[in-house]
Amino acid sequence: MTLIKAKDLTVRHGAHLVLDQVNISVAPGEIVTIVGPNGSGKTSLLRALLGLTPSKGKVTRKAGLVVGYVPQKLALDPTLPLPVRSFLNLPTSHTSQQVADMLDRVGVPGIEARQIAALSGGQLQRVLLARALLEKPDILILDEPTQGLDQMGEAGFYRLIEDVRRDTGVAVLMVSHDLHVVMSASDRVICLNGHICCEGKPHVVQNAPEYRALFGHGTQGALALYQHAHDHDHDCGHDHGHDHHHAHDTAPDEVEHAG
Amino acid sequence: MLDDFLVRAVLAGFGLSLATGPLGAFVVWRRMAYFGDATAHAAILGVALALIFSLPISLGTLIVALAMAGAISWMMAQGQSPDSGLGVLSFGALATGLVAISFVPNVRVDLSAYLFGDILTVTRSDLLVIWGGAGLVAAVIAWRWSKLLLSTLSADLAAASGVNPHRESLVITVAIALVVAVSLKVVGALLVSAMLIIPATAARRVSSSPVQMVIAAVLVSWAASGTGLWASLKLDTPAGPSIIVAAALIFVLTTGYRTIRTPSA
Repeated sequence: MTLIKAKDLTVRHGAHLVLDQVNISVAPGEIVTIVGPNGSGKTSLLRALLGLTPSKGKVTRKAGLVVGYVPQKLALDPTLPLPVRSFLNLPTSHTSQQVADMLDRVGVPGIEARQIAALSGGQLQRVLLARALLEKPDILILDEPTQGLDQMGEAGFYRLIEDVRRDTGVAVLMVSHDLHVVMSASDRVICLNGHICCEGKPHVVQNAPEYRALFGHGTQGALALYQHAHDHDHDCGHDHGHDHHHAHDTAPDEVEHAG
Repeated sequence: MLDDFLVRAVLAGFGLSLATGPLGAFVVWRRMAYFGDATAHAAILGVALALIFSLPISLGTLIVALAMAGAISWMMAQGQSPDSGLGVLSFGALATGLVAISFVPNVRVDLSAYLFGDILTVTRSDLLVIWGGAGLVAAVIAWRWSKLLLSTLSADLAAASGVNPHRESLVITVAIALVVAVSLKVVGALLVSAMLIIPATAARRVSSSPVQMVIAAVLVSWAASGTGLWASLKLDTPAGPSIIVAAALIFVLTTGYRTIRTPSA
């Protein structure tokens, strides 16, 4: 039983092949994180799953699936006055008690009357999450939800996602450019670079050669990751269809190779 | 009471405001000012065709305005630059309309009535058309309010929530064409989009929620219609332009109010 499933999902932007025959599925209650460098097709994958971008291949959704989408950012036209309360009632209306409870739940209580445009980055992310959760989704889809937050804010946001999953059983599919901050929160990590390089449990992926080829070795700590993320090469991404004959220093049955 | 031309004129202005208030807010939020302009300019071509084929004027303008709105939407979907493309379509349609009217046989057409409106000659059946069209637009916007607002805010958020943003765009497009058709008699083709944009922009400065802005836009439109007609009577100025001048003055007032209230902004 999967909530959402894509088979041979292929996305092109003009002549550029962004996603090449990606297979992905999310089960109820599961937290799946997609990691990959810039330009690896993470956002395109989410958009294709949401039906926001034209794609080839097959996307299957459970009948009546309710998706809670939290975009990277919200471009608000300054001519539109929009208090938090109005935003949370789009597209369905909720009672003011429900709205108040949800704002409390996501850690920004009592800001119903504040203008969306006046919120800080962290507050806006939590309000976007609150709007998604008010629809009682089966699955939350988050696109780099912590962009622009500092490390404390980031950690806090992912803790909140974990808590929400524990309380409501909602499945979560999210994108991150940074594996180690979402490590503890994820059940499964998918390493993407145009195609799925590898996937599995976070600590397994972290040590997988395909992941290291993308993000470098020594992924201990933010600084190491940061440095390697800026000088890695993309070998892993462009030999699609190859066999992986790597020497594994981890339990191989936990790493699923795609390609 | 309806025998008095002034009462009919006020009723026409008030009725039209019911549509231009909410629709104008969406036009401003969606940055469709030029779209409204182009659609309105095309209405002149509609007038010419209606006269040539002996159709009711509002039907002719509605058909051409719809065709124009469709053409612009199609052009924008093709990824053409909306700015220059809109200019070509807008002035192309206006000039073609002006030329076509000169070919209308045996009719001495008062062109300024269509360019600037002729609200003081509104008849009972005009009132019916204006209130019918404006009421329909207002009702559709009220009915689809949250879908329209969400699509305006973010097409992606709308689509992810199962709202088709293209359909909501189409609703706005058709509503603009309808408002153009029924407002020709009131403010004329050249000033229709002023009636959409100025009250909504004035309303923005005193509103803190979308609903407030719509209500304020309707109130500004009413005030502008009343004041404009009164001034037109007292000063013997053209009615349509006087209404727009009144709206522009209210805009200046609300800007001043906003500046006084928030001196730092």
